[in-house]
Amino acid sequence: MSEKVASTEKVTSLASGHEGTLGDQVRGYLSRVKGGEMGSLPAVLGIIILTAVFEGLSPFFITKLNFANLFVQAAELTMLSSALVFVILLAEIDLAAGVTAGVAMAAFIDLVKTQGWPWIPALIVAFLIGIAIGTVIGFLVAKIGVPSFVVSLAFFLGFQGMQLVLLGEGGVYRVEVPAILAIMNKNLPAAGGWILLFVSAAASLVLSIWDRRRRASTGLVNKPFSIIVIRLVAILILGSFSVYYLNLNRSQGVIPIKGVPIVLPITIVVLAIGTFLLDRTRFGRHLYAVGGNPEAARRAGIKVVKIRILAFVICSFLAVISGVFHASRIGSVDGSAGHTIVLSGVAAAVVGGVSLFGGRGRLAHAAIGAIVISMIDNGLGLLQMPAGISYLVQGGVLLAAATIDALARRRNGVVSRN
Amino acid sequence: MTPQVPVVELTGIRKSFGPVEVLKGIDFSAYAGQVTALVGDNGAGKSTLIKGLAGVQPFDEGLIRFAGTQVELNSPLQASGYGIEVVYQDLALCENLDIVQNMFLGKEELKMGTLNEPAMELQATQALTRLSVRTVKSVRQKVSSLSGGQRQTVAIARSVLREAKLVILDEPTAALGVAQTEQVLKLVQRLAQQGVAVIIISHNISDVFKVADQISVMYLGQMVAHLNTKSTNYDEVIAYITGTKTQEGVK
Repeated sequence: MSEKVASTEKVTSLASGHEGTLGDQVRGYLSRVKGGEMGSLPAVLGIIILTAVFEGLSPFFITKLNFANLFVQAAELTMLSSALVFVILLAEIDLAAGVTAGVAMAAFIDLVKTQGWPWIPALIVAFLIGIAIGTVIGFLVAKIGVPSFVVSLAFFLGFQGMQLVLLGEGGVYRVEVPAILAIMNKNLPAAGGWILLFVSAAASLVLSIWDRRRRASTGLVNKPFSIIVIRLVAILILGSFSVYYLNLNRSQGVIPIKGVPIVLPITIVVLAIGTFLLDRTRFGRHLYAVGGNPEAARRAGIKVVKIRILAFVICSFLAVISGVFHASRIGSVDGSAGHTIVLSGVAAAVVGGVSLFGGRGRLAHAAIGAIVISMIDNGLGLLQMPAGISYLVQGGVLLAAATIDALARRRNGVVSRN
Repeated sequence: MTPQVPVVELTGIRKSFGPVEVLKGIDFSAYAGQVTALVGDNGAGKSTLIKGLAGVQPFDEGLIRFAGTQVELNSPLQASGYGIEVVYQDLALCENLDIVQNMFLGKEELKMGTLNEPAMELQATQALTRLSVRTVKSVRQKVSSLSGGQRQTVAIARSVLREAKLVILDEPTAALGVAQTEQVLKLVQRLAQQGVAVIIISHNISDVFKVADQISVMYLGQMVAHLNTKSTNYDEVIAYITGTKTQEGVK
């Protein structure tokens, strides 16, 4: 490979951040953290601290049942928070994401219950409604220029009315579709959990090796292979522990409950597709560019309006998935679905390290943030704290995260000026 | 005058905004491998001339010849199609993206529908190497961590990457300190050595004398002087800029 480098040009004269030993890579990472690129590091530390605190205070926090509950609770929030990442990356907001899901699910249940539709076409219609709502919001924001805060606030209010119209005042409809109910309430067989883990690990490994080969064949330096090994081992250890623990019987009654909740593989697949879209496609690159500097993006020939509308469409689409999770968990659809979750979704994204200023953040950040918010909610509930305390703590955490975000951004700005 | 065919040649260019005539019949040329400075006081029409060349604001009248053939420049896309790249004063970089990502913004290379990062990284590195850029630490650095001079470097290197034939630099040193200004001016010269025609707009006449081969002076919408840097001096250029001196044949 070195002959190839020498034969082209002096390509090695400039570094690419891939050079050096494992130690150099670690030092590089630490200096980026010091420079304000913290990513989800504060949130990961938060998870560790919260686990220690709640485990110290409540005997129920680390139990088989609660461990599974946490996954299920966090999945719904992860999906909504991931939905919001697509618009937050543009420094926009969609306050209507929760009620979009509510309206789509209200239409779904109306079609199934009142019109007697089979559930699959009804679900497709629900997603089409989500896409349509996203298109309208995106059009108003990107083409007309109404601030997204106002557009989505109007939809947030209007759709609460729409939910009541569709379901009737006080209408609560039970979801009697087994496939929907299974998402949050049924589990994979024991072997299924292990297969999920090994397929995920293998996919991550194959993708890393594929990337290395592409870099090498171009004559570029690769990071030390040990980084891949360390990441793989970490995935396998954390994953094995989770799968093993979830495969134990966590039932307090006679019928055993065990296995990885079905929602987990669905969430992983959606996050993987979303991450692929953001990291490896032209659309993803342009989304980050528009979020970072819309004027620069426009001058580079990027169709800014199209990117903005698409972001709102994806947001609404993923929000509907979170609505499906919600309906599955609650077992019913009512007129108040999705009213409060959107703020937790924003909180989760920001806590996880997605910048409200746009252009910085990943779906994994949203997932980690969702776990933090779910842990606070879950842990304080176990300590039998009133709901008010939970909101107060969540509010405090959000404020802290947003402040860290603003400070990191300011520090970045100072660095760039000298 | 230089005997070769100019990369771009403007003849009798006029542009009005309503009743206000901003360009009153401009003649202007820029040659491959040369740095042509465009100077003039505020309101002389430099920006309007540049916007016309960039295709952002088409001219009302006049001939545009690109490498000898007559062309029309009605959109930025057309202009970049001919190999005209403009590096604006505010640089148009995305701070949240790294150097490679910025250099390929809007022109990303794909392989099987996904971004071909290795190919882009290699080409970006080669473009920076060709300009002998030594000041950036890593091509995968985020632009937010770069200094003003380094950002200017990235913006200029981007035009090299796109194989520009004409690069227009709008006040490239306006926001820079002494050392960084030196670096950027050297970069501008290396850019011209690559065979690119460079037009530089600057208010800093001493910078202009350091870097330019030709100096074109505008005064109130007219081109009042085309000077060879070697055969003119600071005071003469200032006199043309302020309108205290006019060449023969220009009213």
